[in-house]
Amino acid sequence: MIPSRPASIEASALVREFKKGPRAVDGIDLHVAPGEIYGFLGPNGAGKSTTTLMLTTLLPPTAGSARVAGYDVVREGPAVRAAIGAALQEAALDPLLTGREHMRLQTALHGLPRAERAARGEELLERIGLREAADRKVGGYSGGMKRRLDLALALVHRPRILFLDEPTTGLDIQSRAALWQEVSRLAADDGVTVFLTTQYLEEADVLADRVGIIDHGRIVAEGTPAQLKSQIGRPSVEVVPLDAGQRGPLAAVLARFGEPTGASPNGVAVRLRGGERDLAEVVRALDAEHIAVEHIQLHAPSLDDVFLAKTGRSLEGAGDQPQPEEAANREPIAAHSGATA
Amino acid sequence: MSPRRRLLGTQVRTLARRSVVRTLRQPAQLVPAFIFPLFLLAVNTGGLQRATRIPGFPTHSYLTFALAIPFMQGALFSVMNAGTDLARDIESGFLNRLALTPLRGPALLAGLLAGAIVTALAQATTYILVGLVAGASFAAGAAGVAVIFALAILITLGFGAIGLFAALRTGSGEAVQGLFPVLFVTLFLSSMSLPRNLIHTVWFREVATYNPVSYLIEAIRSLLITGWNAQALELGFGLAAAIALAAMVAASVALRNRLERT
Repeated sequence: MIPSRPASIEASALVREFKKGPRAVDGIDLHVAPGEIYGFLGPNGAGKSTTTLMLTTLLPPTAGSARVAGYDVVREGPAVRAAIGAALQEAALDPLLTGREHMRLQTALHGLPRAERAARGEELLERIGLREAADRKVGGYSGGMKRRLDLALALVHRPRILFLDEPTTGLDIQSRAALWQEVSRLAADDGVTVFLTTQYLEEADVLADRVGIIDHGRIVAEGTPAQLKSQIGRPSVEVVPLDAGQRGPLAAVLARFGEPTGASPNGVAVRLRGGERDLAEVVRALDAEHIAVEHIQLHAPSLDDVFLAKTGRSLEGAGDQPQPEEAANREPIAAHSGATA
Repeated sequence: MSPRRRLLGTQVRTLARRSVVRTLRQPAQLVPAFIFPLFLLAVNTGGLQRATRIPGFPTHSYLTFALAIPFMQGALFSVMNAGTDLARDIESGFLNRLALTPLRGPALLAGLLAGAIVTALAQATTYILVGLVAGASFAAGAAGVAVIFALAILITLGFGAIGLFAALRTGSGEAVQGLFPVLFVTLFLSSMSLPRNLIHTVWFREVATYNPVSYLIEAIRSLLITGWNAQALELGFGLAAAIALAAMVAASVALRNRLERT
């Protein structure tokens, strides 16, 4: 049904401006290889959903170009739509229809032959574990059931590329894990390319082969989770003193081991110059200076550290903060590590 | 039949079925469309029977005279139902889901309107049965009833498309519902309660004369009271077709703007 063209996503200097609004997407470049799970990570309002809407042909770009499955998203919209499946933000379902009726609707609208429709619907309902609930109205489904149905509906026409826009937002841990499992299986077993937007670090870390971090409409970092974390390079140690009055001496001791980095309000943290091996020395130095410690923790670099280093803000809650005027005026990682969240 | 045309047919049928299923599963939306017009018919017939004594009044039965009105009121409910359903699809993102399929714009509009027409046919059957039981006359006979059904469908198409247009322009169910009182006023400013030649207040008669709703009512009324009146039918069908055409064109343009898909 879908012509055999390369399944990948490419974008070049993609821009979307809204009337009287900001540049929601400000010149992004993308290259997603066939069969890859690409995590598009960023806070609320960073431009993730706008990018997804452009790549799925639902919103024309203001400038730049993009090709999905080898087709131009502006000039070859119908061909793009035939090659992709999408579960966009919020499960868009009809609360008055049952799960099975949704399947019938979607298979018919996609033009599956009549003889195949019921079988395909049943196969997908079985795969997502909704067969028993298939004749219940969707209005009574849990959030996880809705998301799974949403995913199944995106798959009825066997797309080679799947767009998932924050698919696990608002789900409990079990539902989230079940969805991750299904997405991983799709990529591994069926070779489906997955473009996944998320604001959850863990989701990007667990699922994605490569991650692009977007902030203020620009991609600020891109690579495999391991590559990105290795850019940060070294772990950090955070110490909370028993006596808050000792924060000054504590900071002086820790400064011997590395440069300051973001810490909790009562703590002091440094990125360890010598890596994990410095931890024992840190403990000995604190003991020598008679600094009583309430809490000490070694942090391995995370994607949040990458986001912090690239943007000066922590990803958690970043979307709720006022947006700085100069998104471009960002310091390099090494020079920036003194900024705290 | 070409594959493209076959797919269009499948899409229209699928969306029409969804529209009907949705309507049947929302009794709170469906019941007023049946009960409210019949309630007004009963009140008007009971209270205004003496109006038939006015010299020049075309019939001795106010029931027969007023039986045309529920068809118009039913059509107004189709504005609400079709428009509100589409607005909900826009608000919930369901329209985006549809836009990602090979769905063609005309299929979406036709599917939604088909659901409104099924409801309109059920309403028309109810009004005619109630009229028969209550003793209304049908001067044009069984063929006239068939013509009433045809006109009711055309009127529903037009008013339903107005609802779709409002939904597509605003994307808001509240905005569509806000349209209902406005359209309801146009019904009252027509020849709904009295023949135009018996309206003595000049401005009211003028408004009723320019109000197309008057001619839609008079076309149905002519089949009930006088039999086959070519002029009334031409005006009624002509205006209903013009409203349907204009509203469909407006809804199609609004759909194209709403679905920015490339």
